[in-house]
Amino acid sequence: MSQSGIRGGRLSTVQAAFVVARRDFVAILLSRTFIFFLLGPLFPLIVGGLAGGIGEQVQQEAAQPEIGIAMQGADVDRMLAAYDQLAPRIGPAIPRMVELRRLSPGETFDARSVLEHAQGDMAAIVTGTPASPELTATQERLEWWKGPVGLISAQALQRGPIDFPPVKLASVATSGAKEKRGRVATAQVGQTVLFLLIMLLAGMVLSNLVEEKANKIIEVLAAAIPMDAVFLGKLFAMLAVSLVGITVWATVIGGLVGLAGMQDTLPAGMSLADLPTPGVGWPLFFLLGVIYFAMGYLLLGSIFLSIGSMAATVREVQTLSMPVTMLQVLIFFFSAYALTQTGKPMELAAIAFPLSSPFAMLARAATDDALWPHLAALTWQAIAVAIFVKVGSALFRKRVMKSGPQHGVKKRRGLLAILNGRGTLAS
Amino acid sequence: MQTELGDHRPADNHTNPPAIEARGLVKRFDGTLAVAGVDLTVPQGAIYGILGPNGAGKTTTLRMLLGIIDPDQGTRRMLGHERPHDVARLIGYLPEERGLYPSMKAYEAIAFMGALRGLPLKEGRERGRELLEAHGLGHAAERQIRQLSKGMAQTVQLLGTLVHKPKLVVLDEPFSGLDALNQGKLEQMIRRLADEGTTVIFSTHVIAHAERLCEQIAIIAGGKVPFAGPVDEARDRIPAQVRLETAHADGPWRAALPAAARHEGNFWYFDLPDTGIEPLLRALIEGEAGILSLSIERAGLHDAFVAIAGEAAARALDASPEEGEGQ
Repeated sequence: MSQSGIRGGRLSTVQAAFVVARRDFVAILLSRTFIFFLLGPLFPLIVGGLAGGIGEQVQQEAAQPEIGIAMQGADVDRMLAAYDQLAPRIGPAIPRMVELRRLSPGETFDARSVLEHAQGDMAAIVTGTPASPELTATQERLEWWKGPVGLISAQALQRGPIDFPPVKLASVATSGAKEKRGRVATAQVGQTVLFLLIMLLAGMVLSNLVEEKANKIIEVLAAAIPMDAVFLGKLFAMLAVSLVGITVWATVIGGLVGLAGMQDTLPAGMSLADLPTPGVGWPLFFLLGVIYFAMGYLLLGSIFLSIGSMAATVREVQTLSMPVTMLQVLIFFFSAYALTQTGKPMELAAIAFPLSSPFAMLARAATDDALWPHLAALTWQAIAVAIFVKVGSALFRKRVMKSGPQHGVKKRRGLLAILNGRGTLAS
Repeated sequence: MQTELGDHRPADNHTNPPAIEARGLVKRFDGTLAVAGVDLTVPQGAIYGILGPNGAGKTTTLRMLLGIIDPDQGTRRMLGHERPHDVARLIGYLPEERGLYPSMKAYEAIAFMGALRGLPLKEGRERGRELLEAHGLGHAAERQIRQLSKGMAQTVQLLGTLVHKPKLVVLDEPFSGLDALNQGKLEQMIRRLADEGTTVIFSTHVIAHAERLCEQIAIIAGGKVPFAGPVDEARDRIPAQVRLETAHADGPWRAALPAAARHEGNFWYFDLPDTGIEPLLRALIEGEAGILSLSIERAGLHDAFVAIAGEAAARALDASPEEGEGQ
């Protein structure tokens, strides 16, 4: 029944969500949290770069495999001469050969003992004579090196080719195989960036309601607007914040790389030019990246916000963040594995499962140029977003607004209370 | 500058439907009965008090009325609407647990609360500044909430409750946490709202506020409403006390006194008989009591509250000894 003379009514859910989103957006943008959010991606890059650099250095210094030659003096010289002749042509197929021991006539050498006791840095040892070489190494290395060692021995015996015909070199920018491998790399980079972005947001989304609960604002909100609107407002505020963050990153990186002429200073493999063009082309790939990010965020964010609504304190948020992170990692691994299963049930499952669909489809955008699967997937994801948001907001309302007698709540302040959704609005 | 808080004309209680109408509201939390069938009718334009001891179910009742939580049973109508959120723009609510965003400026906090009720942000900011000025907090308009004293923050929240000029204001324990001076100011503000036609309903466990402000009250105890109606009617639930001073300690007049009369010094105390004072007076005079003084003292709301709430709580305990008291 509507009453005459009463103006107004209520804000629509969208209007109310906008009021909440606007407050959250401004509050987050002007807070230190946003600075950390902007700096967030730098940390994995710095850590990854440092770890990669250190690893490379360690590998260079500690794992330069060598094949030692332990033969009579003349044989050692012949083997090394043959190696010097062939090495430029064989390339990295065989590691460096070095003199290990010049044996006296009749002297034997226990290569097995030397390798097993890790004396020296030898990866393998060749003993015997060039006519009858004996290669001692681990099984794996025997498989790799038996051919090259035979070839060098033949060369040492002058049984190899006297001359090598010159090979004309014709370089092409890419090949079918390289293109495919490269696009997979682009897909992996895309998935990783998507994963990192959503993971960065997860913590913020989880703790999104702690302020309202800690400051008892939630009841003011609940009395004025539907809780669905609070849920939507918070979800979209964080999406807007993250899109601002992405814009800032893109602008800064684009500015540095494009305008400041840093393109040449980037290490190999770090610039876009080093990545093959995605199947759908770069502009559409970026656009789809943003859309799939939004979809992925809304899907996971609605789950995280619902879970986060159970927490009343920062401590409880920390307790919840571990399983949430594990869930994200699992989804990422699932999508990453599905990337190697193009067209197989695993990839289709990753595309169909709403939480992994944005990741899987972004990979698709990199590896395949067809557009219709994206339209279909986005439609499916939009339906899933609507369902997730609806269910999430219903759970959110139930959990956040669940009330109860104070004595009952105090008895169950721990994890049980969190799981049962207690501990809010009880006074 | 005194700013108008409401723009409504005083309501005509006879033609308008009640501001709040609740029938048989029941709420359980995990099996515990918090509210066990509350009926309320709050006329438009009234100052209505909900009185009850701690844990009686006042807050839960208000939350159900406002749609913050849904009742397990029963119906409620706010300003004629079954869904309270449908008339959210016309309602102002001050919860018992006060809360504002600490990093917000005072005038922004008021504007935000107005925006939640449909007031445009720009207008809310202007009104926020005006209200703060009118209530002596103009100097604090630009300060963050975290920089305000508790009393100032409470005033800011109250102003945020009123900024959109609601037709119905619901205040849950509004006086708690305020010093005597600010309690007085709040009482004035409530009276002014009512003068302007706004319906004000507030909960309290401090009877004096209700006695000074309300025309009508509801007493909640044990999750039920043992009394709802005019304050005078509540007082009348307890018989008036007669205090009689006589010249003679004994005599035939003693037969006229009720059996439960209490004697202290030269005074006799007893409930006013149902037949009234005149037959008693006649009997005392005829019995040569030598009346020195006689006064009839009407019960205060506090006494009525204690009697009504105590009796209801005991009844609830007898009826359902295993169920704890509500909120």
